Amino acid sequence: MTETAHESAHLHVSGEAIYVDDIAELRGTLHAALGLSERAHARIKSIDLSAVRAAHGVVAVLTARDIPGRNDCGPILHDDPILAADLVQYIGQPVFAVVAETMIEARKAARLARIEYDELPAVLSPLVAADQQSFVLPPIHRVRGEPVAALAVAPRRLKGTFSVGGQEQFYLEGQISYAIPKENLGMHVWCSTQHPTEMQHMVAHALNLQSNQVVVEVRRMGGGFGGKESQSALFACVAAIAAGQLNRPVKLRLDRDDDMMITGKRHCFHYEYEVGFDNSGLICAAKIEMVMRAGFSADLSGPVAARALCHVDNAYYLSDVEVRAMAARTNTQSNTAFRGFGGPQGAIVIENIVDNIARELGKDPLDVRKLNFYGNGKTRPECNITHYGMTVEDNVIHELVDELEASSQYRQRRDAVRAFNATSPVLKKGLALTPVKFGISFNMVHYNQAGALVHVYTDGSVLVNHGGTEMGQGLNTKVAQVVATELGISISQVRCTATDTSKVANTSATAASTGSDLNGKAAQDAARQIKVRLAHLAASTFGGRSGDVLFINDSVTANAHTLPFAEMVQRGNLARVQLWSDGFYATPKLHWDRATLTGRPFLYFAYGAAVSEVVVDTLTGEWKLLRADLLHDAGNSLNPAIDKGQVEGAFIQGMGWLTTEELWWDESGKLMTHAPSTYKIPSVNDCPPDFRTALFKNANVEDTIHRSKAVGEPPLLLAFSVFFAIRDAVASVDDYRFNPPLNAPATGEAIMLAVDAVRAQAQANA
Amino acid sequence: MASSGETHHGRIQFLLGGTVVAVDATDPTRTVLAYLREELGRPGTKEGCAEGDCGACTVVIGELCEGQVKLKPVNSCIQFLPTLDGKALFTVEDLRQKNGNLHPVQKALVECHGSQCGFCTPGFVMSMWSLYLEFTVGGTDRSRPDESEIRRALTGNLCRCTGYRPIIEAGKKMFDFAEVGFDRDALLRNLLALRRNTTLDIEYNGHHFFAPRSLPELLQLRAVHPGAVILAGSTDIGLWVNKQFRDLGDIIHIGAVEELKTITATATTLTVGAGVSLADAYEALKHSYPEMNEMWDRFASPPIRNAGTLGGNIANGSPIGDSMPALIAVGASVTLASVAGTRALALEDLYIAYMKNAIAPDEVLTTVDIPLPQTAMRFRNYKVSKRFDSDISAVCAAFVITLDGERIIDSRVAFGGMAATPRRAAFTEAALNGKRWDEATARVAMCALAGDYSPLADMRASREYRLTTAQNLMYRFYLETRPVAPLPAASVSVFA
Repeated sequence: MTETAHESAHLHVSGEAIYVDDIAELRGTLHAALGLSERAHARIKSIDLSAVRAAHGVVAVLTARDIPGRNDCGPILHDDPILAADLVQYIGQPVFAVVAETMIEARKAARLARIEYDELPAVLSPLVAADQQSFVLPPIHRVRGEPVAALAVAPRRLKGTFSVGGQEQFYLEGQISYAIPKENLGMHVWCSTQHPTEMQHMVAHALNLQSNQVVVEVRRMGGGFGGKESQSALFACVAAIAAGQLNRPVKLRLDRDDDMMITGKRHCFHYEYEVGFDNSGLICAAKIEMVMRAGFSADLSGPVAARALCHVDNAYYLSDVEVRAMAARTNTQSNTAFRGFGGPQGAIVIENIVDNIARELGKDPLDVRKLNFYGNGKTRPECNITHYGMTVEDNVIHELVDELEASSQYRQRRDAVRAFNATSPVLKKGLALTPVKFGISFNMVHYNQAGALVHVYTDGSVLVNHGGTEMGQGLNTKVAQVVATELGISISQVRCTATDTSKVANTSATAASTGSDLNGKAAQDAARQIKVRLAHLAASTFGGRSGDVLFINDSVTANAHTLPFAEMVQRGNLARVQLWSDGFYATPKLHWDRATLTGRPFLYFAYGAAVSEVVVDTLTGEWKLLRADLLHDAGNSLNPAIDKGQVEGAFIQGMGWLTTEELWWDESGKLMTHAPSTYKIPSVNDCPPDFRTALFKNANVEDTIHRSKAVGEPPLLLAFSVFFAIRDAVASVDDYRFNPPLNAPATGEAIMLAVDAVRAQAQANA
Repeated sequence: MASSGETHHGRIQFLLGGTVVAVDATDPTRTVLAYLREELGRPGTKEGCAEGDCGACTVVIGELCEGQVKLKPVNSCIQFLPTLDGKALFTVEDLRQKNGNLHPVQKALVECHGSQCGFCTPGFVMSMWSLYLEFTVGGTDRSRPDESEIRRALTGNLCRCTGYRPIIEAGKKMFDFAEVGFDRDALLRNLLALRRNTTLDIEYNGHHFFAPRSLPELLQLRAVHPGAVILAGSTDIGLWVNKQFRDLGDIIHIGAVEELKTITATATTLTVGAGVSLADAYEALKHSYPEMNEMWDRFASPPIRNAGTLGGNIANGSPIGDSMPALIAVGASVTLASVAGTRALALEDLYIAYMKNAIAPDEVLTTVDIPLPQTAMRFRNYKVSKRFDSDISAVCAAFVITLDGERIIDSRVAFGGMAATPRRAAFTEAALNGKRWDEATARVAMCALAGDYSPLADMRASREYRLTTAQNLMYRFYLETRPVAPLPAASVSVFA
């Protein structure tokens, strides 16, 4: 399909795109702010809000006692209080809400509370929590084959630890909800959320309302990245509770620091592993334990752990393997969805292992990677079966990596990097090619459904509404393209509208990269029904078979009669043909057994690979990405321009996760990196001077929307190549003989630690 | 059209969309961003961080500068409304052409797929528009910037979606379309009509916001209000308000004091007025001290460097302020003035303790006096931070040595990020002075740094990393400046 611009691009660039805070405020609108816990773990002994209430402009102060319904906004378990009642579980946890005439008054007043705490022991480290067996959910565990026995007989073995940091979503538009009380106990909430239906449910529960009393609407978000999947709920609930109590519109817009102090992030992971392999580098057995920082509550840690567990293979066949994932309870923000949702954390550990094996054997890591790919060894048909029992039926990793290896001139550049390093005492270059295989569908089968409404008006213009949300990924553009293609009309004739729980009901989160897969199919279904009806009318009017009626170029052709689409629509209206339709889609073939962690959780896999070349300063740990070559499989792309944007954006975001983005809590458990001054997402000069991105030609073997593939999350893993290129550069300090103990994020400091460790090891062995 | 209405001593007047906006009796710490969004019905400009780090709030300010119109992007989230007095404000809403067509900047972003979620986009548009003006009507001798100039113009704008490549492309493509002009002459006339000759004095809730026009007026006000906050570019003070909710009390804004906005050069010294922006100071210093250029490029971002002043960076005295190590190393001093007279103080003597300086309550820092380089001097200025662009230093180092043959006859070493104030390294200098500039001396000097500093650990770096990096930067300095086989910068820095 075509490279249509984002449907809102002209609005973005002119400042005319309306985000929640830009909606013209209704008369009487009040503004809320949250008062936050100052202790990581404590009982609230007393809480004195008199100064808050007395502050200028304050209209009301709300605590847990003011919640008419359930004090919970947990998406799966009910362990997420909206406002902490008597126990605080992290620094930053909302304890009360202030409602004032202006936002600044509310925020100022929120600082005036006097809370006395009885401190409880706080667990700030996930490893300590794991030692104490303190988990938000029971650990999950999957064994395939005989890993213990296979390890015992493996020709070579490696044991080690590794860790990757968490990551703040850093959507540019902070969390915001604007709640408007409606007649007859209704509540309308404009909310920047990826999951309007869940917001509807949470608000209804908090207010003791039925779902039919609550409408949640979102036109667009200024970025989501997973951070507005479950965690927009607290703010939607507080705004709605305040609006309900005061019977006035209430807006809760978070300041950046409050947003980062309150909301959860990507889970950091700590790994212990043991791997057995032969002298060629082929893996015979692996044991991997993953401890993840869940934070104080479960939130989405369960499904994140499941996805991590399902991605420890990345693109590699692991015959005998044991994997365990533990969601450790810590007195920190409750970690949540973030683009990749555990997939990147699962996959990077095996990449680290493969990297280690290669260096152990003195081989190029790319060769060891290729050796272990799924689908190698035609004599072993089982080597296409994942450790969770799903057969990989669409494997293109060999062809894709071969293409990239050639187009990026990997081998020549490998030689050039080695030559450079041999004569450069301070600066060292590194190169890495890493693959991606990423499963597409929600692990939770019932989430894989979507609905849409398509309205054809009598002038031939078309309005589309679907259950997905627009957060910048171009979902509305793609859905409009699908509808336009189906009806044979120009994209300019199709308009997408705000996601609204009163239009399409019971929607899934726009998450897990499934937005266009699900909603594209649902919208196509709706459009197709209208088309079929019009085709019947055309055939009965002009003769011929309805199946032969053509919808193309804004016109309809039946039995050699061609008329404009709009005219056909008018004829339809006069003939009393229903010109609007709903549409529905449920992803086929999925099944998942949560007890055994086996089944087919994914309809298909998306593939990709990247080559990164870096230069590292061994005196300071500073580094620079010199060139990146990305090759990514988006199937038959619905919109190559948008997909390329997703690939590049995910790559740079993933690079931030693995390098400059560091979450740092002080010894009291206070997050000290809570604003862009201290938390460093990639900036313009982090974009490499030589950046080559291509889409891999590969129609989806599954019957997805126009045989495309989901593209939101998988390319985030392409950034592994940056991390392993840095590691390669560090290893060069002692001629690639040792595996640098480099953890992510590879900040300058982490790189220097690894450089020093390699030098120390070299000296010890000298 | 601008009217030449009476200037009222407490009324703020500025140009927006070609008309004069007059504001009476407002909280003087209300931000330009809040006023745009809440009062002026212009929600195109966004708040992403309220601390000048993300750039979603970027607007362009037009002002008179030595009789000329100067246009520059700034962060509206930390600009106080009264600082707009007498200026022109341009926001993303001003860019569409009269026929409704998108401006080339906007068109290029659309065609290059430069927006995804779109929330950062208005800020990028304004930074790019400023660049566009610079290369179209701005009198630059070239018709378009190179890629590094485009990137440099965008270091103050964060985008979380695109990875920047399409935005950089748009920065090139915007010059491919038919040029859209800008009527500087009309703006000049309108700004002249708004010019105020007397102190702006806004009274609000019992406190005053003063914006004097001349140095004598400023010193007089300072004498009467020794407790008032001196406000220059508000790139730090804006955060006191937005993040700490500090009530600033009386404020004296020095941005309209003509004498403080000048840069003068003699054969030996460059004198930078306290009201000179960091951007203009950079411009003035870049030929004399090219060794500082990378630091300047990495010093915050263009919108911050346009608003913030060199005097403010120095007077604020943060231990991680980026300008001070280099200026201390090259021997800069400051002039402090009061109604009683002026005095000069070596910059290193300005700092007493953490965020404490030697400026008396009735004094104002009026100039920064920078000696021009001597021929035998070798100077390097290094900054290490997690991110290249717009990050706060973990360590900022400046080394100056003067060589006589291979012998060091004088040295000045100063660091930021290593102590409670920007400070010279006395032991290290002692280890260098009089020695041959060789590997052994460099190693001794590296060890001496451990005696000079005992840095803190924080979210930017551990104590150990700061110290090791400081020492290694000394080694880098040695490699670059040793008399025998010095290495080029490109061999010791990934950014060179």
